[in-house]
Amino acid sequence: METLERLLLGHPFFTDLDPAIGRILVGCARNLRFAPGEFLFRENEPANEFFLVREGNVALELHVPGRPPLVIGTLGAGEIVGASWLVPPYRWNFDARAVAATRAFGIDAACLRDKCEADHHLGYEMMKRLLPVMVGRMQAARQQLLDVYGHPGT
Amino acid sequence: MNASVAPDPMLPQPWRVQAVRRETADVVSLDLVPLAGAPMPFKPGQFNMLYAFGIGEVPVSLSGDPADASRFVHTVRAVGAVSGAIAAATPGTVLGLRGPFGSAWPVAAAAGHDILIIAGGLGLAPLRPAIYHVLANSERFGRIAVLYGSRGPAELLFHDELARWRGRLDMEVEITVDHADPSWHGRVGVVPGLIDKVAFDPKNTVALVCGPEVMIRFTVAGLRAAGVADDHVHVSMERNMKCAVGLCGHCQFGPDFVCKDGAVLAYDRIAARLAAREI
Ligand SMILES: Cc1cc2nc3c(=O)[nH]c(=O)nc-3n(C[C@H](O)[C@H](O)[C@H](O)COP(=O)(O)OP(=O)(O)OC[C@H]3O[C@@H](n4cnc5c(N)ncnc54)[C@H](O)[C@@H]3O)c2cc1C
Ligand code: FES
Repeated sequence: METLERLLLGHPFFTDLDPAIGRILVGCARNLRFAPGEFLFRENEPANEFFLVREGNVALELHVPGRPPLVIGTLGAGEIVGASWLVPPYRWNFDARAVAATRAFGIDAACLRDKCEADHHLGYEMMKRLLPVMVGRMQAARQQLLDVYGHPGT
Repeated sequence: MNASVAPDPMLPQPWRVQAVRRETADVVSLDLVPLAGAPMPFKPGQFNMLYAFGIGEVPVSLSGDPADASRFVHTVRAVGAVSGAIAAATPGTVLGLRGPFGSAWPVAAAAGHDILIIAGGLGLAPLRPAIYHVLANSERFGRIAVLYGSRGPAELLFHDELARWRGRLDMEVEITVDHADPSWHGRVGVVPGLIDKVAFDPKNTVALVCGPEVMIRFTVAGLRAAGVADDHVHVSMERNMKCAVGLCGHCQFGPDFVCKDGAVLAYDRIAARLAAREI
């Protein structure tokens, strides 16, 4: 448990986190490994875990009928995967598939939501860390939409 | 007596296409040699005016090794009449060539610094001479990183070289694409997202950025957020050109003529203009 706590707090998402909060969070966390090709989760499944990647590469994929899946982003060491665990109805909006051998921490979503609800200091600390990541992702998605390398005039 | 006379910069000289390499579906690289004499020296970041006889003339950056005096290399994307005709050239085709013109990537001034070379799409072509120079003199630089993004895996330029650069111990190379299918095992995301994937000291870093203007804007915002000052960021601007020697005003960008003062410009000099909408 002590090493899991140390490793978890060593993840960049938790940089400078109050150790007291870390001790509470570690109770919801576990160590995970995914082989290349294995799914962390699939679209529409319950979003019951929050992932912090330690090593590897995870592709976020959207399925469009009649076409190969579209990879909309990849996430690697030091990054977090997924926000749907935070927002009702708590279901994933896309697939997440390990592209390389991947190690991650999984934090049980119900456990984490309960702790955020019970301790608003902890909850606010989580939100302050999550929101900039989500805003950054939204801005990046907008840049992708611009299709800046597309053929001019088409 | 054979005093060499510099050719009239307004008069296209005939150059022969020696070899053509297909880079992507609509991009080729051409090796060009002059019908008379030898290629003149050029600096990384400079461009030529290439003339497809009877069709027209367009600016195209030099994309080859500045230390290779045997030929010029240009990498051209077919987007219209002139670039389409140039990209359709075959070995033996004769094109008109003027220049090299324009400013250069400040590779000498960047010595002693970490260097970030950041390219989007075709922007890797004008940066490749700078990469050759930096790698040939890598001991003069701190950390060296190339960040490159394209629309998809099929649009990435210079595959073999990217693979070779990735294998080197004296540089980091990070590549991303905007979209891919699952057969692509690399990164998917935009170029600014690569900035925090490589090691550099923001207070002692020079960044060279080339790509579509929107990509430049977002990349510079990412560099600022990482702590790199605007006067350490250099970008290459594209404007329509005619004379390429600072006479006609066609390429005017605020107080600068892109053909003469650019195309490579320090970002602090143009930041306000890039943000304005009607220049
Ligand atoms: C300093 C400088 C260096 C350049 N280096 C290269 C290079 O290394 N390789 C290369 O392929 N091109 C380069 N270009 C761009 C190239 O000059 C243009 O693509 C070319 O002028 C288009 O002419 P055209 O007659 O083929 O097409 P046009 O008929 O003039 O245009 C066809 C379509 O392309 C669009 N277009 C025109 N110019 C550009 C542009 N610069 N960027 C995006 N869309 C454009 C037009 O809006 C139109 O929709 C450079 C431009 C500058 C100013
Ligand atoms: S193209 Fe004529 S002044 Fe620049």
